[in-house]
Amino acid sequence: MSERTTPEGELERQFERTVAAEARIEPRDWMPDGYRRTLIRQIAQHAHSEIIGMQPEGNWITRAPSLRRKAILLAKVQDEAGHGLYLYSATETLGADREELTRNLIEGRQKYSSIFNYPTLTFADVGVIGWLVDGAAICNQVPLCRTSYGPYARAMIRICKEESFHQRQGYELLMTMMRGTEEQRRMVQDATNRWWWPSLMMFGPPDGDSPNTRQSMAWRIKRHTNDELRQKFVDMTVPQAERLGVTLPDPELRWNPERGHYDFGTPDWAEFKRVVSGDGPCNAQRLAHRRKAHEDGAWVREAAAAYAARRSAERKGAA
Amino acid sequence: MAFDNAYESLTEEHGEETRWAYGTGFADTMAGVAHALPAGADPADLFAYCLMLGDDALVLAQRLAEWCSRAPELEEDVALANIGLDLLGQARPLYTRAGEVYPAGRPAGVPRHVPDEDALAYFRDEHAFRNVRLVEIDCGPGPGGDFAATIARLLVFSSWRLALLSRLTSSTDPVLAAVAAKGVKELAYHRDHAAQWTLRLGDGTEESHRRMVAGLATVWPLLDELFIAHPVELRLAETGVAADPSALESEVDEVLDQVLARAGLDRPEVRPLAPVGGRAGRDGVHTEAMGYLLAEMQYLARSQPEAVW
Amino acid sequence: MSWPLWEVFVRGKRGLNHVHVGSLHAPDAELALRHARDVYTRRNEGVSIWVVPAGAITASSPDEKDPFFAPSGDKVYRHPTFYVIPDDVPHL
Repeated sequence: MSERTTPEGELERQFERTVAAEARIEPRDWMPDGYRRTLIRQIAQHAHSEIIGMQPEGNWITRAPSLRRKAILLAKVQDEAGHGLYLYSATETLGADREELTRNLIEGRQKYSSIFNYPTLTFADVGVIGWLVDGAAICNQVPLCRTSYGPYARAMIRICKEESFHQRQGYELLMTMMRGTEEQRRMVQDATNRWWWPSLMMFGPPDGDSPNTRQSMAWRIKRHTNDELRQKFVDMTVPQAERLGVTLPDPELRWNPERGHYDFGTPDWAEFKRVVSGDGPCNAQRLAHRRKAHEDGAWVREAAAAYAARRSAERKGAA
Repeated sequence: MAFDNAYESLTEEHGEETRWAYGTGFADTMAGVAHALPAGADPADLFAYCLMLGDDALVLAQRLAEWCSRAPELEEDVALANIGLDLLGQARPLYTRAGEVYPAGRPAGVPRHVPDEDALAYFRDEHAFRNVRLVEIDCGPGPGGDFAATIARLLVFSSWRLALLSRLTSSTDPVLAAVAAKGVKELAYHRDHAAQWTLRLGDGTEESHRRMVAGLATVWPLLDELFIAHPVELRLAETGVAADPSALESEVDEVLDQVLARAGLDRPEVRPLAPVGGRAGRDGVHTEAMGYLLAEMQYLARSQPEAVW
Repeated sequence: MSWPLWEVFVRGKRGLNHVHVGSLHAPDAELALRHARDVYTRRNEGVSIWVVPAGAITASSPDEKDPFFAPSGDKVYRHPTFYVIPDDVPHL
């Protein structure tokens, strides 16, 4: 009954049959090393993004201009901590360790979504992040509810359900602001202008420049290509922008009746590469913030562990 | 799950999964609560009393929110946010009640579309805030404290407020009674959370013990103020609306002594923080920290008073 | 320094089994339970929580799938639909 009884080739065929049949791979199943590595990397980056993503919006909690908005925003940023936690949990089923992943993040060895390297400059940014950034995240994440790795898929179901509140609160805030003063409408347009292109970049480089996509799709970790998802996002967002009364900052944006999709301009991929490689407006600040929180908390984590060890020893001594 | 519309698919049923992925059955605890003014209570007094209770909750929620993304571990980040959200949830109906019973107390010149809760939270000046000084000081993550000071304050505050709200569950004011009935469950959890951490930090490592001792020393001078009755509280206590805080002292002391003893910590030997000309938080006289806290909290709402959020 | 891992099980409502919902880190059982409440029941998801140290779980190995689970796969007589009963028999 040991793992040696089944030859590697047979295990691999079993794995491939399971994936092809749209069944889920579960933690103790045999899986190819590359699959495990790819998953750990992808889920960890996703978890890091949730945790770093707390900062841009968290920036406005203490300044939120109404008590209702303050409560909504605190609950939302809290959800992001929860989402990070669910995802770190999923990586731990693959043998990763949260402490090590956190080190990888704060020492710059693992990445997080580049979108969070842009600053939140006005309260309208809170709304636009909900609308565009969470909207793009939902486009990316909904297909992941059917991803081949069970714990990841289950985490994503829970996350997607919670994200729907995030996206809606953002759009509702913007609708409210658009009904307000001229100054507020100006803030919403300004925030839309700043976040539109970075939101499109959230889907990653064009398919031709995305070397990992093909294998990830074969393993059904990923379900759609970057460009497919980007198109889907644009098609969904344009009518929402019209309804809101803001202009998306892309002169090439227009409906193409032949394709049945919107045509749109090309994001500045040079900027994308700069921000991914650490040279965005907030990269250093975001990492320093996370590093400080982790390091400042070390004495607390140690104290609780020491207390638990002592209690446990006492119980054993008493037994 | 359909991919055609990512948003619609979110509302699709996931069969069995829904039961753990998202709960249901949210209840509005204020629904159906009567709003009559209790007999014999002066509306201006009730207004002031709602502000006292509301300001305590809001100002501490504001302080706890500063921890968001800065807590020692992700699980604790979530826990502190929960406590902040509970307190915010207590403040809001208290402000609404204040505005309802005494419209003259609404700050002058605030546009009519701004609800009472926001007019009172965002458009009052520092001297009109009636919170105790304990909630406003910086106990971390700012330079004035750390996680231990935050826990020390939460232990003191939640022990006191739990004792207070327990009495208010039988307030003759129906809204106060409803807020208190909900609040006691929340405060019991907050106190438990603070007590659990006090044990671990007090009896953890040498460093955590030292920090916990320092944290207690930071908040203890503000303890006495919690039990000094303001004339408004005394007048309303006679009509059964309010509780006299001086009657809470022995109960709170007992809880604190128990927790400290189990954590191997001593009651700090410190003198109470002096009032200013005999006046403190309940009279609208605060520490220097309060102005900064309000500047941050209020500036956006005040800089665009005509705006809608 | 990192805290040990705990698996979390939540009873969604009375009458249902506890269901595994995920995991978290905590220094000890008491805090694990409280963290589970804060992390996994923010939206009324539960009425009861179990936390179990992840290391305390003994799991069947996927390789033992056949010896463990195949023998019950053919015992169709354990399922009520195995038995053909005429439609006009009441209460069955």
